Amino acid sequence: MRDARGEVRRPIGLRLWLSGGWLTLLVLGALLAPWVAPKDPLMQDLFLGRMPPFWVAGTEPGYWLGTDSLGRDVLSRILYGTRLALIVALVAGTLTCLIGATLGLIAGYYRGWPDRIISRFVDIWMAFPPVLFAILLIAVLGPGLVSIIIAIVVIDWTRFARVVRAEAMSQGAMDYVASAQVAGRTRFGTMLTEILPNVLPTIVALLTLEMGIAVIVEAILSFVNLSISTDSPTWGGMIAEGRTSVHQAWWVLVFPLITLFLTVLSFSQLGEGLKDRFDPVLR
Amino acid sequence: MMYQVRDLRLSLPDMTRKPLLGSAPRIEILRGLTFDVPRGAVLGIVGGSGSGKSTLGRAMLRLLEPTGGSITFEGTDITHLTENQLRPMRHRFQMIFQDPMSSLNPRRRVGGIIAGPLKLHGMDRLTTRVDEALDLVGLPRSFARRFPHELSGGQRQRVGIARAIALRPDFILADEIVSGLDVSSQAQVLNLLGGLVKELGLTLAFISHDLSVIRRLCNRTLVLHQGEIVEEGETAQLFEAPQAAYTRELLQAIPLPDPYQEWA
Repeated sequence: MRDARGEVRRPIGLRLWLSGGWLTLLVLGALLAPWVAPKDPLMQDLFLGRMPPFWVAGTEPGYWLGTDSLGRDVLSRILYGTRLALIVALVAGTLTCLIGATLGLIAGYYRGWPDRIISRFVDIWMAFPPVLFAILLIAVLGPGLVSIIIAIVVIDWTRFARVVRAEAMSQGAMDYVASAQVAGRTRFGTMLTEILPNVLPTIVALLTLEMGIAVIVEAILSFVNLSISTDSPTWGGMIAEGRTSVHQAWWVLVFPLITLFLTVLSFSQLGEGLKDRFDPVLR
Repeated sequence: MMYQVRDLRLSLPDMTRKPLLGSAPRIEILRGLTFDVPRGAVLGIVGGSGSGKSTLGRAMLRLLEPTGGSITFEGTDITHLTENQLRPMRHRFQMIFQDPMSSLNPRRRVGGIIAGPLKLHGMDRLTTRVDEALDLVGLPRSFARRFPHELSGGQRQRVGIARAIALRPDFILADEIVSGLDVSSQAQVLNLLGGLVKELGLTLAFISHDLSVIRRLCNRTLVLHQGEIVEEGETAQLFEAPQAAYTRELLQAIPLPDPYQEWA
């Protein structure tokens, strides 16, 4: 038999380039904020309030995306807000993924009573309206970065649990699982070495999606003033402030909104792109 | 005797007829089977759909636990051993699955699929053993770096065979392994398996619904019908003078080529 098929390199898609590029830019912006931000994000200058962005006439040089009603630089505030947004996305997204995927995997693979317990919890959880649940949680825990992360994890683990459970169930019915038993692999070992690699593409896609959702939830909580203290700039906080003066200074609302939109979109596209690129099973 | 099966019974709960409360009624799938598999035999297990032949195979490999009777493998009663007790002896009886796509983990390379069971049983020289197994089933060694979806159906089934023989088992169960293949791949896989049985001195149980496939390969045949053995004997004899009505029915179902037929 001939073996003509070499290693076929798949090109990195445009999707992966664009989403990866935007997220890299954000990470750099967040890390280097003290050096690249043109102004102090908290510095107020009432004489420079509501300056339009640089391409509109009547601006002060150095304020690229204009200023808000208190004269704070919008670009610098977005850059500093990126820090919080990314921390929340990474930490909350990863924790949610770990907890949800583990429970889903156990429920889907072991079935029986672990499945009954976990599934009942998921059903109960899903009956709560998520945003109200988050607001309630923050109100109890008190605002702060840790509370935001806890709230996101507590609300969203069910998303992972449900999807991963279904996926693990369908994989568990495959013959390669029986084959692992014939080979003498333990139940637990089979779950980790046979099932998990096959559920992983789904988990990665969900994880990136979840990171986007975490950014949104943080923005929502900032919007209703339940995120971290008003001193540190957040995208949601900026959107909330911008909303009040949208007729006089649209840029205060629009720029953080665009940043938020692009970030959430990039996270979800990153997941799809990674799947296309690294999943050995061509679809 | 490699396998001694005595009055083997197996029933599974029928979830489709489960009442709202209480337990589901059980369906008797195997109703008391008694037979032996001598060392070095190639035993054909034949029967129609729903005759219990796959269930019998899975019970012999203890993927299912029998509800009655006993299975003795090389003198050890394995009927009710726990998975932990079975694990050290699992390398001695292996299985080749019906569907070569779903029985190979799609996200592992062929080399890993064959080496996985070897690693579990603490064998050394993994690459050498994988290469040997690929040689035996007539696949190029470079296939070790491929994923299952990059192979044809016949090639995948050879990987399934390679995985089973790499452990050098005493017994292999082949469950309908050619039913998903086209006729020429079927012939190749059957020839290969027949050759391996002789070369490695294997004992083989070959499950099929197709008597013509059984005739090529097996020296003894067991005919199953609705969970019971209706006939057992030398394959040649069974084809010459079938005793049970069901066996005659199966024999008549074999399509014979008619050399005198014209296309006109």
